[in-house]
Amino acid sequence: MEKLIESFSFGLFFWQIAIFVGLVLLLRKYAWGPILKAVNDREEGIKQALESAENARKEMQNLQADNEKLLKQARAERDAMMKEAREVKDKMIADAKEQAQAEANKIIVSAQASIQSEKQAAINDLKNKVAELSIEIAEKVVREELSAKDKQLKLVEGMLEDVKLN
Amino acid sequence: MSDMRREFTEKILLVLFVLAPFFTWAQHETTESAHGEESKREGIKAFIDHHLQDSYYFILTEDEEAGTHVGIPLPVILWDNGLKVFSSSKFHHGETVAEVDGNHYALYHNKIYKTDAEGTINYDDHHHPTNAKPLDFSITKNVVTMLLVSFLMFWLFRNLAVSYAKNNGIPTGAGRFFEPLVVFVRDEIAVPNIGEKHYKKYMSFLLTIFFFIWFLNLLGMTPLGVNVTGNIAVTFGLALLTFLITTFTANKNYWGHIFWMPGVPKLMRIVLAPIEVLGMFIKPFSLMIRLYANMTAGHVVLMSIIGLMFIFKNWIGSTLSFGLAFALSILELLVAALQAYIFTMLSALYFGMANEEHHDDH
Repeated sequence: MEKLIESFSFGLFFWQIAIFVGLVLLLRKYAWGPILKAVNDREEGIKQALESAENARKEMQNLQADNEKLLKQARAERDAMMKEAREVKDKMIADAKEQAQAEANKIIVSAQASIQSEKQAAINDLKNKVAELSIEIAEKVVREELSAKDKQLKLVEGMLEDVKLN
Repeated sequence: MSDMRREFTEKILLVLFVLAPFFTWAQHETTESAHGEESKREGIKAFIDHHLQDSYYFILTEDEEAGTHVGIPLPVILWDNGLKVFSSSKFHHGETVAEVDGNHYALYHNKIYKTDAEGTINYDDHHHPTNAKPLDFSITKNVVTMLLVSFLMFWLFRNLAVSYAKNNGIPTGAGRFFEPLVVFVRDEIAVPNIGEKHYKKYMSFLLTIFFFIWFLNLLGMTPLGVNVTGNIAVTFGLALLTFLITTFTANKNYWGHIFWMPGVPKLMRIVLAPIEVLGMFIKPFSLMIRLYANMTAGHVVLMSIIGLMFIFKNWIGSTLSFGLAFALSILELLVAALQAYIFTMLSALYFGMANEEHHDDH
């Protein structure tokens, strides 16, 4: 120990401290600072890149899920639309049928009415014709009958007889 | 096939070429006497001692007997009634007295003493020199090494910082290796010990101290022969900084735990306070000793085993020493990183204590 203290060189100690402190200060400014910053920046960059990759993956997943949902929705919408269209079609057909029925009924009713009136007219016409014919016949018969006096009397008698009978 | 064989042969030749000096050395030694062996042992011990110490020269290789030294003399800076700056080459490796502005200085046991013109060293009863020691701020081998490591670190990490902007936030080149270590210090040392909330303000210190210690430890493994982190003054400086930062960034809760420990009887609080105060200093002290002792021990053991190669005179012993030294070198590489990690880790732990929030469960 004594030898150790004896061999201690103050000059060397002085230079050691001076050189070392100078080196620390120099390196701090020109080497360690930039190096640690660069390493740190790079690490941050890697961390961020990993994070963003993870985010992108998640986003992708979300997008896929969204797509699927959208597809399902679209399919459901299409189904709904087709169903509605079918219903509209059915309704339209039914409406048309109904309308046609109503129209047909109306036509039938009016046809029946016109047939009835035509029939009535025909009947009336026939009646008139029959009346005319019977009057004509009666006229001809009466002229014939009245051409002879006895026949006229006979007729009157026959008529009277009928009245009596009544 | 022939390519592979040629490659193999080349490798063998290379190994032989590298090992050749050792073989010739060993052959030469066998002719020496037992007395020579004793002095060699002493020489190795002195060499290790010398290596562990700081030096005024950056010596790459030397041969004591021939008196040749290959290296760079470093500037000596003294404060002795005024600033004295001169090259350490004036000492001629401790052989001569340096004369500056009429003052004379001599090297004795790797320390500079003020002497007369002849370089006389006076001793007291315990054989300690009594000569005056001027304040020594020399740029020694360890200071040069620390400066080199500082430049290396600044260059490396500045490049890393700049490469982010150039390459879209991804490091290039050597930064690819160092960036995970920076992140390691942040995620495994700072955040778990200090907490997410406060760790940022300590990051510069923790990163610098981690790489500073590690690089210095690794440089100690090179043939340059530097031993900076195995020097008590250096580890003291590092531990002192940890202590100062802990003390000056501590919150009320930390001081409360030291002087008035919550949740224990009043008498115990009075007993605990001095222990806790002592603990404040023991923590950084252990940091200082741990790093110093580990690095010094590593260097001593490794160099001793390398030295064994020159003491064993047969090829079996030397080869075994070589294998052991090789295995130990690998272990020391691990220790170099481990000690840097432990120092940083414990510093972070102390910073974490200083920033601990109040808990009601006490």
